[in-house]
Amino acid sequence: MAHASPLKPRSKRVLPGFGLSLGVSLLFISLVLLLPLTGLVAETAGMTWSQFWFVVSDPRVVESYKVTLWTAFLASLFNGAFGLLLAWVLVRYEFPGKRLIDAMVDLPFALPTAVAGITLATLFSTSGWYGQWLETIGISVAYTPVGIIIAMAFTSIPFVVRTVQPVLEELPPEDEEAAITLGASDGRVFRKVIFPSLWPALLTGIALSFTRSLGEFGAVIFIAGNTPYETEVTSLMLFVRLQEFDHAAASAIASVVLLVSLVLLFAINLWQGRYLRRLHGK
Amino acid sequence: MKYQSHHRVGDQPWLRRTLILAAVALSALLLAIPLVLIFTQAFSAGWGALVSNIGDRYTLHAIGLTLFVALLTVPLNLVFGTALAWLVTRFRFPGRKLLVTLIDVPFAVSPVVAGLLYLLLYGRNGWLGSWLADYDVQLMFSWPGIVMVTIFVTCPFVARELIPLMQQQGTEEEEAAVTLGASGWRLFRRVTLPNIKWALIYGVVLTNARAVGEFGAVSVVSGNIRGQTNTLPLHVELLYQDYNIAGAFAAASLLAAIAILTLAIKGVAEWRQARLLAREPADRNPQ
Repeated sequence: MAHASPLKPRSKRVLPGFGLSLGVSLLFISLVLLLPLTGLVAETAGMTWSQFWFVVSDPRVVESYKVTLWTAFLASLFNGAFGLLLAWVLVRYEFPGKRLIDAMVDLPFALPTAVAGITLATLFSTSGWYGQWLETIGISVAYTPVGIIIAMAFTSIPFVVRTVQPVLEELPPEDEEAAITLGASDGRVFRKVIFPSLWPALLTGIALSFTRSLGEFGAVIFIAGNTPYETEVTSLMLFVRLQEFDHAAASAIASVVLLVSLVLLFAINLWQGRYLRRLHGK
Repeated sequence: MKYQSHHRVGDQPWLRRTLILAAVALSALLLAIPLVLIFTQAFSAGWGALVSNIGDRYTLHAIGLTLFVALLTVPLNLVFGTALAWLVTRFRFPGRKLLVTLIDVPFAVSPVVAGLLYLLLYGRNGWLGSWLADYDVQLMFSWPGIVMVTIFVTCPFVARELIPLMQQQGTEEEEAAVTLGASGWRLFRRVTLPNIKWALIYGVVLTNARAVGEFGAVSVVSGNIRGQTNTLPLHVELLYQDYNIAGAFAAASLLAAIAILTLAIKGVAEWRQARLLAREPADRNPQ
């Protein structure tokens, strides 16, 4: 998510407010983001390695990692395809209702996750608008992993669209036109000319969607059924341990989750910085 | 070279029509119809029932608490987001990139983990919480805890809206103003603010939407006491678990209305900001 477009080198600090903005930012980041981490460190530091391992490798917890990982993976893959389609259609074509769809893409960011959760659960329940039709062809979504995938996919729809859209807008038409004039088929031009400029943004969007899906809670719990070993995501596992007042276990699991999401975040930012540099270096 | 429409990929009418149809159909299924369902369910028992559902004592309390939380959260995050955006786009210093990555942390962290972090620190057993308890200060399972986790979850939004824009706009105008003798606050108000106004407005509106709607983190630290620490999203869950579907969707429709308003303001803000950017720098700031 880093916006690493290079700033012009500046010889001196001409503009005022360095001290003030640095002070406000550091104070806020320390108090709001960093200080709370000390609680987690203190809690897990009180455990021995074997206690820690016992908690995080508990079969029910391990099963929750697996469910979370593969549902988040499929949800982000779906969003890769759907996001690319939406971005393509919104950038390349004119049609009635285009502005409305463009605006609606951000709905999952603006709509509270709990509201998304009860809405999807109601739509896909066996008597719901979608559920009753799916029932007749033998697909049940509510209280199955498919429900988890749908909830995760819904809450992370905007990521791929909003990372691919600007890249597609700035794609120069010349290469594409030249290739078509030379007789290349559309599919070939897409693969050889368009996709190579597109895939870094697409991958970033998918990775962001995946990271977000791993942590999703509000939208998932209403539709998932939350059966241990089957439809229990790790965020919920964490919540269950908290309700059992088992703070040590919750902290151990949380430290695993936190580590994974931070590693993903730093990897995405590093990678994004790199490919942006490459793009601007051209 | 003149742009020729039939020379680009995907311009064949059949392909264009198929792709547009697929995009419209999927958007309808995944975005529009869910939104319609919320209001259909909320109105399912008629206007009278909707009004009495929203007018319910506990629902009203949840609305009040939620607005109170947003009222405290949004201004704080506005100040932080603006300061951070100014810092990372107007100055270069060691650690700048790290700061930009750090503010994305709340995006990447599961809301349940966010709530847990605060609970561990400020709860009765936390090192800070036990010290506060000696002075009879309890932050968790009451409104201060809700405000604190909401600030955590929503702190990136203003900065995220401002940073790309302020980077793109550069600093020439501001440097010129400094050379002409403008002081710090005056410079920000007269030169910077008019240029970033619409992005800032959308940042605030989005922060508000997320503050009002936060669920996972808040449910860890709230204690879910009906009529006391129940925010509107928690109240939606409570009603839904009570099988009061009409009530749950009545409360949800208020949150959905805020979401729709947020998207509408985004549309206007983007349009105005684009118009602002398209103009020449010279006539961007009259006087």
